Amino acid sequence: MSDIIAFREPDQAILERRTEILADLADLLPADCLVTEERELVPFETDAFVAYRRLPLAVALPQSTEQVAALVRYCHRFNIPVIPRGAGTSLSGGAIPQEDALVIGVSKLNRILEVDLPNRCARVEAGVTNIAISQAVDADGFFYAPDPSSQLACTIGGNIGMNSGGAHCLKYGVTTNNLLGVRMVMFDGEIVEIGGKALDAAGYDLLGLVCGSEGQLGIVTEATVRLIAKPEGARPVLFGFPTSEAAGACVSEIIGAGIIPVAIEYMDKPAIEICEAFAQAGYPMDVEALLIVEVEGSDEEMEAMLARIIDIAKRHGVSTVKESQSATEAALIWKGRKSAFGATGRISDYICMDGTVPLGQLSYVLSETSRIIARYGLRVANVFHAGDGNMHPLILFDANDPEEARKAELAGNDILRLCVDAGGCLTGEHGVGIEKRDLMTHQYSRADLDQQMHVRAAFDPRWIFNPSKVFPLENRPRSAAGNAT
Amino acid sequence: MYQPANEDELIACIADAAAVATPLNIRGGGTRDGLGNPVACEAKLDLSALTGIVSYNPAELVMTARAGTPLAEITAALDANAQMLTFEPMDHRPLYGGSGTPTIGGVFAVNASGPRRILAGAARDNLLGVRFINGMGEVIQSGGRVMKNVTGLDLVKLLAGSYGTLGVFSTVTFKVLPKPETAATIVVSGLNDAEAAAAMAEAMALPVEVSAAAHLPESVVGRVLNGDLANAPATCLRLEGLTESVDVRREKLLAAMADKGPVTVIDQERGEKLWCDISNVRPFADRRDKPLWRVSVTPSAGHVLVAALRLQTGVDAFYDWQGGLVWLAMEQDPEATLLRAAIAQLGGGHATLVRASADMRASVPVFEPQPKPLAMLSARIKAAIDPHNIFNPGRITL
Repeated sequence: MSDIIAFREPDQAILERRTEILADLADLLPADCLVTEERELVPFETDAFVAYRRLPLAVALPQSTEQVAALVRYCHRFNIPVIPRGAGTSLSGGAIPQEDALVIGVSKLNRILEVDLPNRCARVEAGVTNIAISQAVDADGFFYAPDPSSQLACTIGGNIGMNSGGAHCLKYGVTTNNLLGVRMVMFDGEIVEIGGKALDAAGYDLLGLVCGSEGQLGIVTEATVRLIAKPEGARPVLFGFPTSEAAGACVSEIIGAGIIPVAIEYMDKPAIEICEAFAQAGYPMDVEALLIVEVEGSDEEMEAMLARIIDIAKRHGVSTVKESQSATEAALIWKGRKSAFGATGRISDYICMDGTVPLGQLSYVLSETSRIIARYGLRVANVFHAGDGNMHPLILFDANDPEEARKAELAGNDILRLCVDAGGCLTGEHGVGIEKRDLMTHQYSRADLDQQMHVRAAFDPRWIFNPSKVFPLENRPRSAAGNAT
Repeated sequence: MYQPANEDELIACIADAAAVATPLNIRGGGTRDGLGNPVACEAKLDLSALTGIVSYNPAELVMTARAGTPLAEITAALDANAQMLTFEPMDHRPLYGGSGTPTIGGVFAVNASGPRRILAGAARDNLLGVRFINGMGEVIQSGGRVMKNVTGLDLVKLLAGSYGTLGVFSTVTFKVLPKPETAATIVVSGLNDAEAAAAMAEAMALPVEVSAAAHLPESVVGRVLNGDLANAPATCLRLEGLTESVDVRREKLLAAMADKGPVTVIDQERGEKLWCDISNVRPFADRRDKPLWRVSVTPSAGHVLVAALRLQTGVDAFYDWQGGLVWLAMEQDPEATLLRAAIAQLGGGHATLVRASADMRASVPVFEPQPKPLAMLSARIKAAIDPHNIFNPGRITL
């Protein structure tokens, strides 16, 4: 376990009253909805950011919004920190608890409440998985667009918390662009409806603020999301390039030409080797960079679009072009890409960065990344969403070697600073969580962070929701009571 | 009146005003003065000298401009590179008259979004970053110039559509997109409001990527496109994109709509004029004496709402956003209570009194009143950003 990121000291008064608190919580929930035994708490001690872990005070798994409200009301009254949790797939430690905190998991809020096809929306409980929404409307020819890699497991509640993206957001946008409304429990247990089925809501854009707030403003228990008509077909094409610069320039020209494919994914040579060894996707091994460009529509449309894209790629010296000839081949091409994290995990421990940079800076940031990694004596594989500049360098290291693990974390921080300095940001879709919390001062001024924290306090005056996340522990406003510091 | 010429002067103006808690009426080109409640203060903060495109790299699909930059200057720079603001910002001048020039800051301050909103999102979806001055005279940066950014709280969305009541934009950074190579608008004639709603829902369910869907009932159809659409109700569906693709999708959409009524196709040039007329509410532009509402509801509820109102009062209406955006002209009284009760009964939404006499606007809540917990939350947010309440006091109801 690493120690670069600090945790705040747990509130001793809460720990001392644990038995009493657990008894009170049990009164607020049906049987089997409260987890208190240490061995049963272990699965909740971390999320997908596994280098850090802490056992929570208890885990509540409520079955209704009203139960969530009762829990929050209680925690607010006694200043007990609340950690909202979806499926625990956060890559930034967004769901990592602490000894004095109650985890409120939404896994039992898993009903699809309404599918409204004429209005192309669905109302679902927060614990419904991302993929389940698309599956529920698939036969009717619709889908829910944001598709994070963890979509089989991750919940819509977690997606809203992190404003999740995915490979296809180049065309369809991220969660905030596909969310119409939420039902949310406020700090004092009040249940509010923000937005609904209409395309906009009255007043300030509270929905925009809640989306991506990393569980700090309230607990979302229901969501109304947009559905989109499914394209007739989709076809990925592989392009191999002799240099990363050529691949980068090709991406710029495709987009500049007014062609917005649904996805443009980039892989560098180490990533190609790792994924090919795992998936046997037929990736070319003699190239420095690979693009997977996916277009969609009817056969005629896809052919016309691909003809233009291939033309552009040729102008940039593409050395391999491989069009999928069947659904099986298409699936294989994506299998390589989608298994990138898993395949990397089989050969090495890794941490995954998530900075976004302006498209014009891609080549520069890639070469600087290599330089940083070399300085620490590590290896890196790059797999990312090239169309929107969202980089995912995977830094490989040996977790059994504490010194190397430390180097990997430090190298990651250097890469994120590089992304900010290149005009980008710390995180494009994984969230700040605890992972990037202490880097926030690199992207934002003191006044910027103070302003965000003042707005946060308007939602949660005592900072009970996910208090150790996003904002550096130092310099928090005094107005925020105990949990803030 | 303050008229800062750069960000430092802007900060100084606001810091001065904050020090003595002097409220400021924030103005860009003044083309949307009629929108919202009249601002209850004398001192004006005029941003029309804070102009200029700060950075624009067409290959990155992003532009940064100072808040007072005329929209025309932005559009001209985009035109030169065959790019556009994809959310088709509504121009309020036809509704309010006046000779001002809309600014890019004003566009985002009111979240002005046009017909393509159903496909490409609203202004707020395309705003990537802002630099604004808060009510304490501090420069605050939020967001950035990249498409994907989840770093910290999204104050960008909060500021978009806040009518200048939270902060004053210094610069805005927004997404731009290549203009579609071609476009075609399919018009189905003769449908009543309910049939049109069903046809639009059906079109949106097809994999043809309809980029705009509006219905113009018989009473308004003669007031768009110089009256070219004859006198039958027109249900308009727009397709855009690469030529080969639009060709294919047009045939599919025509086939799907063939049994609804007579179908015609409008070419790109006339289509642009048609959608501009719809976006800017041309049909009701000249009826200055009649109260005009902008109503946002569930798409399938739009026509039901209008039918329900017709039983009780004189109204005229047309629909954008697949029926979810209703432009509603009342014959006499604004009928706010009646309208808002009907909206609530139909599953919710909100109504904004976009145009009415000063007397009417003084007696009717211009914006939809919020439930108490949300109103209190909004007031706390306002206090967190503009603690002395110096920005546009009274413009929106909290």
